[in-house]
Amino acid sequence: MLSKTYDPLKGKKLEILSAEGKVIKPSLMPKVDLASVRKWYETMVFARVADQKAIQYQRQGRMLTYAPSIGQEAASLGAIIPTEERDWLVPAFRELAGWLQKGAPLENLFLYWYGNEAGSLLPDSVRMLPISVPIASQLTHAVGLAMAIDYEEKDEVVIAFCGDGGTSQGEFHEALNFAGVFESPVVFVIQNNQFAISVSRKDQTRSKTLAQKAIAYGIPGIQVDGNDLFAMIAATQEAVERARAGEGPTLIEAVTYRLGPHTTSDDPSIYRSDEEVEEWKEKDPILRLKRYLISKKKLTEDEDQALYKQFEEEVNTIFSRIEESQSPTLDDVFSYTYASLTPNLEKQLRNAKQFLEGGE
Amino acid sequence: MTLLNNIGALNQAFDQEMELNPRIVIYGEDAGFEGGVFRATKGLQEKYGKKRCFDTPLAEAGIVGSAIGMAIYGLKPVVEIQFSGFVLPAFNEIVAHAARYRNRSHGKYPLSMVIRMPYGGGIRALEHHSESIEALFAHIPGLKVVIPSTPYDTKGLMIAAIRDPDPVIFMEPKRIYRAFKQEVPNEPYTVEIGKAKILQTGTDLTLVAWGAMVREAQKAIDLLNDSNISVELIDLRTISPIDRKAIVTSTKKTGRFLVVHEAVSSFGPGAELISLVTEDAFLSLEAPPSRLTGYDIPVPLPKGEHHFMITPQKIASEIKRLIAY
Repeated sequence: MLSKTYDPLKGKKLEILSAEGKVIKPSLMPKVDLASVRKWYETMVFARVADQKAIQYQRQGRMLTYAPSIGQEAASLGAIIPTEERDWLVPAFRELAGWLQKGAPLENLFLYWYGNEAGSLLPDSVRMLPISVPIASQLTHAVGLAMAIDYEEKDEVVIAFCGDGGTSQGEFHEALNFAGVFESPVVFVIQNNQFAISVSRKDQTRSKTLAQKAIAYGIPGIQVDGNDLFAMIAATQEAVERARAGEGPTLIEAVTYRLGPHTTSDDPSIYRSDEEVEEWKEKDPILRLKRYLISKKKLTEDEDQALYKQFEEEVNTIFSRIEESQSPTLDDVFSYTYASLTPNLEKQLRNAKQFLEGGE
Repeated sequence: MTLLNNIGALNQAFDQEMELNPRIVIYGEDAGFEGGVFRATKGLQEKYGKKRCFDTPLAEAGIVGSAIGMAIYGLKPVVEIQFSGFVLPAFNEIVAHAARYRNRSHGKYPLSMVIRMPYGGGIRALEHHSESIEALFAHIPGLKVVIPSTPYDTKGLMIAAIRDPDPVIFMEPKRIYRAFKQEVPNEPYTVEIGKAKILQTGTDLTLVAWGAMVREAQKAIDLLNDSNISVELIDLRTISPIDRKAIVTSTKKTGRFLVVHEAVSSFGPGAELISLVTEDAFLSLEAPPSRLTGYDIPVPLPKGEHHFMITPQKIASEIKRLIAY
């Protein structure tokens, strides 16, 4: 078991692909074909471009506050790759590449950050909960889904995300404890991107690793290089297989770095140095996979540049559709609080309509 | 018909609904093997197995949060918070998630679930065991808040809550769990959520109460038997959504309005009721609408609790004041 070899209490971390793009642990390399790797790379680049464009739109005053995933593409994507369509994704709010891999259209996600709840209404085929802005409380929902899966005796697994800050929340503890007690088929992924807004990882907890917190709940935990797509796939693959086999939950700590701001309202230059950011840029998950693909002759520099250009156009097209989309109607904002309008809401809606129609 | 107290009525409601619907799961701290500290879920684990009625770790946010996940999946969780005073760690789950999931998912994930909890004072309990915090939940869009006062309503409202498509906070007045019995139909039935009940018609004053206060109100009316005052007594039964029509119609008829609740006064449910009476029945009022409530202090420990409690004498005295206004 990987979590035994890579014991988080001993500070061990699973790494397969080096920053130079070389496979340093061939024995642990997941069985992947190069065509798929190329496709995953494209998903990561697409997510990167979408993030960069969204920040640009926000700066132009065309997008509302946005939380980019730049630098964390491999952590979220790698955790979704070993799952099936029937499995569930419970995101926090920085899992863009994973969302795309799950089949959620970028349109929905942009629409949400554009300020329209309709963005959270995903196609039925996409088993994914809407993003959760409160921190870590969505992990208990993931456990409830997993408990229900057990109840219905279904062969499904739940993948749930939170950040390093989320591990300080009480509900992180309650979720892991419940999952441990009920041996629920859930995989928790901590995206340790080193900062919870401005509070650094070292100020978040005295634990040496976040993965070792699993020990307290009697479940396996493993620290993984979160910028290494192959290590993320390998760790999640094992965790998903354990969950499917009825062996309960796993905690994965993906060690990564948030290259962008917390959201577009945040200025990370206040709390971190340029040197640190530069250092992490060398470990960029996209750069790393690019080097790997080039070495395998599955990608050229020219093709890579063409990809960025193509995706920029695609993202621009998608965003223009978002900008042209209709705002919610008055009926719309009243419609989803209860199954049917309460007498009180009927009255409030009637009054609001009278005001709109009558002008006074 | 069977003669049941409130606990018996609850237990029968769970039993009959679990029999009818295999997707109902009941759980919470002590809710399984022991059958709840008040025995509301007694015998259910024995009858339906540990899969459908079980104990959880002592963690209110975990209980409610996991119930949210279960409801999203399509099960029907009915979870127990041992005392309403302990619901606060789950408040985030209730307010930030349970109340909002339908809205957040644009209708894709409605949450049909029940969160039940004993509430209220008068049982000589420890600190944090006696508060009435219905206003905290009633203030939140997306929740329904139900409080029964009789065994008949307890069974009918609980079955309605379980079958309701929205999350329901079901608050049980623990002081009258076993205080009296009533004939209850043997078969499952529902009492409509959102509808108040006129317990007694009258012409001089509308008196609104719920939970354990309904009994105190009835005793107050008995005290006034010789005084020629005709009181219309309404059991609100659902705190949210409120039965505005019943309250306004009655107040327009009687011209006087008194609400009695155990909860502290300021920003309480009484304020909401008085506001709607003032808005919709102002010209019918012959006295200022009034509230008789707990004081704005933490409920005192048992030795001092009698100062806090609403008594029939206090209610009768307030009724007389309003009649003489």
